Amino acid sequence: MKYQRLGARVALYAAVALFVVVTLAPLYWLLVMSVSTPVALTRIPLQWWPDSWDFSRYTKLISDAGGPVAERFLAALRNSLVVSVASTVIAMVAAIPAAYSFSRYPGRQGVLYGAVAVYMLPSVAFVLPLYLILSGLGMLNNVLSLVLVYCTILLPFTTWMLKNNFDQVPHDIEQAAHIDGAGVLGVIWRITLPLALPALGATALFAFLLAWDEFFYALIYTNDIRAKTLPVTIADFAAGRATDYGLISAVGVLAALPPMLIGLLLQRTLVSGLTAGGTKG
Amino acid sequence: MGSAATARRMQAWGLLTPMLVIMVGITAWPLMRTIWLSFTSTSIGGEPAQWVGLENYWQALSNTAFQESLGHTLYFTFVSVSLELVLGVAVGLLLNQPFKGQAFARALLVLPWALPTIVNAMMWRLIDGPEYGALNALLVQTGLLEDYRSWLGDPDIAMEMVIVADVWKNYPFVALIMLASLQSVPADLYEAARLDGAGTLARFWYVTVPGVMAPLSVAIVLRTIDAFKVFDVIYVMTKGGPADSTKALSFVVYQEAFSYLRIGSGAAYAILMAGISALLIALYVAMLRKQEGST
Amino acid sequence: MQQRRAILVAALVAGSLLSAAAHAEKTLSALFMAQAAYSEDDVRAMTSDFEKANPGVKVKLEFVPYDALHDKIVAAHGAGSGGYDVVLFDVVWPAEFASKGFLQDVTKRIAVGDIPKVFPGAWTTVSYKDKFYGMPWILDTKFLFYNTEMLKKAGISAPPKTWGELEKQAKIIKDKGIVKYPVVWSWAQKEAMICDYTTLSVSYGGKFFTDGKPSFHLGGSLEAVQYMKASIDAGLSNPNSREYEEEDVRKVFSNGDAAFALNWGYMYNMAKDPKESKVVGKVGIVSAPGVDGKTVASAVNGSMGLGITAKSANPEEAWKFIAHMSAPATQEKYAKLSLPIWKASFSKPAVKQGQEDYVNAAAKSLEVMAARPETPVYQELSSILQKNLHSVLLGKAKPDAAMKLASDAAAKLK
Repeated sequence: MKYQRLGARVALYAAVALFVVVTLAPLYWLLVMSVSTPVALTRIPLQWWPDSWDFSRYTKLISDAGGPVAERFLAALRNSLVVSVASTVIAMVAAIPAAYSFSRYPGRQGVLYGAVAVYMLPSVAFVLPLYLILSGLGMLNNVLSLVLVYCTILLPFTTWMLKNNFDQVPHDIEQAAHIDGAGVLGVIWRITLPLALPALGATALFAFLLAWDEFFYALIYTNDIRAKTLPVTIADFAAGRATDYGLISAVGVLAALPPMLIGLLLQRTLVSGLTAGGTKG
Repeated sequence: MGSAATARRMQAWGLLTPMLVIMVGITAWPLMRTIWLSFTSTSIGGEPAQWVGLENYWQALSNTAFQESLGHTLYFTFVSVSLELVLGVAVGLLLNQPFKGQAFARALLVLPWALPTIVNAMMWRLIDGPEYGALNALLVQTGLLEDYRSWLGDPDIAMEMVIVADVWKNYPFVALIMLASLQSVPADLYEAARLDGAGTLARFWYVTVPGVMAPLSVAIVLRTIDAFKVFDVIYVMTKGGPADSTKALSFVVYQEAFSYLRIGSGAAYAILMAGISALLIALYVAMLRKQEGST
Repeated sequence: MQQRRAILVAALVAGSLLSAAAHAEKTLSALFMAQAAYSEDDVRAMTSDFEKANPGVKVKLEFVPYDALHDKIVAAHGAGSGGYDVVLFDVVWPAEFASKGFLQDVTKRIAVGDIPKVFPGAWTTVSYKDKFYGMPWILDTKFLFYNTEMLKKAGISAPPKTWGELEKQAKIIKDKGIVKYPVVWSWAQKEAMICDYTTLSVSYGGKFFTDGKPSFHLGGSLEAVQYMKASIDAGLSNPNSREYEEEDVRKVFSNGDAAFALNWGYMYNMAKDPKESKVVGKVGIVSAPGVDGKTVASAVNGSMGLGITAKSANPEEAWKFIAHMSAPATQEKYAKLSLPIWKASFSKPAVKQGQEDYVNAAAKSLEVMAARPETPVYQELSSILQKNLHSVLLGKAKPDAAMKLASDAAAKLK
């Protein structure tokens, strides 16, 4: 019995160790590549711990002295931030009343499912006409266009998550407020939203991550630093004259930091938000 | 009564209006337009478009490139989602056990999931490099592999390497859902089962599985829909090569429209692809409905 | 109705642009590639010279990988004011771009007197049906690079003149254990592979079309594929070539992991740069080999031109910029990574200095430079070829069968 338990403990810790290594190893290597010299990375046998940590790529990417590389990276960072924040804000503002409507006024499920279905259709189903429209309006290569297009991805998602979270906010307080003569919007603003605050935060962050990650539309609708987002810029960096693996890795590390920090900070909320919003009816 | 109900209905629709305006404005019209385009010979530049009926569809269905890419896409979807399910469940169960550093391990789970897809793809492409890649170095130094070899350049294994990259990033999503739903299974159910004399396996089968089944199956359908749309990982890792062995559907659509400039048949490809997605989505909605009915 | 509205919008946009332009300086938007030939820094330096000489004009530069270049030009065609004024285009695209109306006809802008001063191969880069759609800018072909030290160690006195000799020398080098895989190529499933294939194919006397029909499965076109496959099977060519692009080839060669490499001219000076290379002082360059009794050398036309987009609102300034970029003075000043298009430049000391071998090889290659198939559906033809060729190289198909498939599929293209 005792041996059995000990064996189980050993197996458990071995499995956990394997999990930790498999999760961290690729990320560790990405970090190592970003601080290693090109010569060190082509050495055989490969060295797993760099002899020197060279952070020059990072300074090259974020300092004024970095020239065109920095210009491209910082513009992409700015565009990504603008697009992600703006589309998240719009999606939240439109999703809150919609989610409230779905939650408090039964019926119209078809509309909800319709929106969810649109979210799930592949982007290629919309990309061509949107391309023709945007080009007709001279709005290609424009951050604003990306914001609008991303709303169609974020909005069904945020509506869905918020609806499920609003369902869990007790109705009776709202009823009392209604009797006191508050309008619907007033009730949402003063009663429902404060009660659903954590869910609101989680939903907004999810939306932000979705926008931060989007690649397909951005690839097709943007041409240069005026509108290119980080994913497209990273793909550019990784192709063509791409011998400096260290630089590409450094770009990757910097682009991964915001979502990873957000993910870590809000890990608990994210998990509960995910189950409540993403997978429950 | 009647007017109060109408007022409520008006209110309900009123609250929906901003969302509906955006969704209909930006998606409904383009979707219809895509359908219309798919029946025409529209191209970028060149001759004016003509109505060609179903020709684009016949051409797509008889096009070996389309058929092959459909095969690749289905293979990618099936294998990566299956692996994500198995690994997600296993890791979810693992991290649900009490052990030292459990909070740390759970936090780690978030990292791959939050890593941007493009960064993930690029990271794996560098790791899988044939001449200077870390994977070769690791396998050779540990004696598992005799000599450096090509991974992404070998048509027999390139797709599997793309799948590895995709699974590594996405199984944590399944594991997170698993963890969360494990915590929602009431502890007294386990206790009752134990009192009834159920062993570990039986408890897993009769208590855990029913408890996590519903959220898990929805998560899997979500992953399936997502995997079917795959584009970015492949774009960065292999660009569809070697010898077209990783060319996915969305890639073919992109190429048809933007490399060969045939918007019309590109639209037909897109509609065919959307149709297959729609089947998966219908499955998803049906599952949601069922759950809603049961809870 | 819709059209009328579009015209109205266009007129409004154009109007606001014009009135803005009257007050502010003009800004050109130009698309270049981040791959081979001139480096990004070179292009930026040339541009800043232009801006200094033309105070009223600013140029916004954008660099994309070669793979994205074609699709970006196409996509930007619809972008209106968000599009480009000047684009860099590959020798294989003028047929498509001209017939679809993406580029402006610039025949009248080119001085007749300049025509004989530029290499004829450069002009084919920008012409379609007797009209010019841009100015040639990059004049390049694939060269055979070799590691002089490795050849010496193997007791080889001169680099190969034929593909057969290349095979023999590579065998000697391999057998002596000097390097594991003596030859490296860019045979990833991309355009670079088609360039290598064309180089070989023309040296075997191959024709892409016979009596107007695709003939990739006949004669020299097939022999080229067989040669490629055999050299991998024999372990003479690096098997990883099948996932390499030009930059990978450079990395392998510069790292001292290959005795021979086929690559564009830009590699010459980069392989001699101690910051980039471990084979400094050992870099040899000659024209790509020929075939006994058929050809003495071989070369693929890998040139590129600069054109004005059809929708450019500033064609005059755009042309001024193009003229500056391709002027002899500019090209001679930046002749390290890409040689000038001008015949006279080849004898200038500023151009020759420190790279006589490169210039001499180029002069010889230019004589035999051959084109890839000319067709408005080149992108599609190329991807058919790429797929089937790659299948052969990867051992997934037999050369004759796969190339027959390629010919048949190509015959169906409209």
